Amino acid sequence: MEFFYAPWPWYVAGVVIGLTVPTLLLLGNKKLGISSTLRQICAACYPAKIPFFHYDWKKDSWNLFFAAGILLGGFLGGYVFANPEPVAVTAETKNLFLSWGLDDVEGLLPQELFNWENLITAKGFLLMVVGGFLVGFGTRYAGGCTSGHGILGLSALQWPSLVATACFFIGGIIVSHFVLPYILAL
Amino acid sequence: MKNIKYLLVGVVFGLALTKGEAISWYRMQEMFYFQNFHMYGIFMTAVPVGALSILLIQRLRLRTTSGELIEKPVKKYHHGVVFGGLIFGFGWALTGACPGPLYAQIGSGYLVVIVVFLSAALGTWTFGYLKDHLPD
Repeated sequence: MEFFYAPWPWYVAGVVIGLTVPTLLLLGNKKLGISSTLRQICAACYPAKIPFFHYDWKKDSWNLFFAAGILLGGFLGGYVFANPEPVAVTAETKNLFLSWGLDDVEGLLPQELFNWENLITAKGFLLMVVGGFLVGFGTRYAGGCTSGHGILGLSALQWPSLVATACFFIGGIIVSHFVLPYILAL
Repeated sequence: MKNIKYLLVGVVFGLALTKGEAISWYRMQEMFYFQNFHMYGIFMTAVPVGALSILLIQRLRLRTTSGELIEKPVKKYHHGVVFGGLIFGFGWALTGACPGPLYAQIGSGYLVVIVVFLSAALGTWTFGYLKDHLPD
C-alpha cells in the first residue's frame, strides 16, 4: 500500500508530465496549457464589454475538463493517497525555512501561512491575494504559464517560450530572495 | 461526451504534479534558492520527452484519433512574454503555484487556495480590461 502514498521521483513525474504533450496532441490537436482556463472562466462568467473575453469559449471547453481532471488528480494524490511524510526538502532548505520562522514543514504548503484567518493579515493577503493576482495577470500577459510555455513551448522549440520561462524564473528568484523574507517577517 | 478523455488526461497530469511535489510551496522555494535538483529534474525530463514526442509526431506525420494532421505548436514573441513573464514569476514565488498546481492544491484539500485561484481569475480579467493600454 505504501506505493500509493509515496511521492514520485522527479524522473517519473517528469516523464509523465512530458507525455501529456503528445497525448493531448494525438487525442485532438490540443496544446497543453492551463492558464488559458482562467481566461475561459472570465469569458464564461463575466466577460463584461471586454473584447478579450468575447470569443467562443465553449469551443475550447476541453481545457476546463482537463483542469477538472487536474483537481481530481490532486484529490487522489494529495488527499486520498496523501504522503504522510513531510516533503523531503534538503537540510539547507529546512534551515532557510527556520530562518523565516517556519518550523512546521507539513503537507504540501505551510498551513501557518496559507489559512483563512491569515487572509485578513498583511502577510496572508500579500501571499495569497496579491500573489494569485500576479499569477493570473502575468500568465495571460505572457501568453502562457509553466505548462504552456515551460513544457509545451520548450518542447516545440519555440524561442519565445524560452524567453518566457527565463523571465518566470528571474521573477521568481527576485521575489523569493529579496521580497518574500520581508513579507514573512511582517 | 467527447471531452471526458481530457478529464482523464488531466487526472494523470494532476497526479504527476502532486506526487512529483511540483505543487508544493516548499519545493518552489527550494528551486528558487537552487538548493535541490528535484524541480529542475522534472523540467529536464518533461521537456526532452515532450520535444522527442513532437519530433516523432512531425517525422511520422501522425494524425489525431479523428484523422486530423497534427500541427506543430507555435508561440509568437511579443513584449508581454517578458513583462508578463516577470509578473507571473513574482506571483509564483509568493503563492508557490502556477495555474495547474492551483487546481491540484485545491483538490488536495487546501481549500483556502480557492481564494488564490479567484484572485488569479481576477488578475486575468484585469489583464483583459487593460490589454489595449499595455505595451505589447
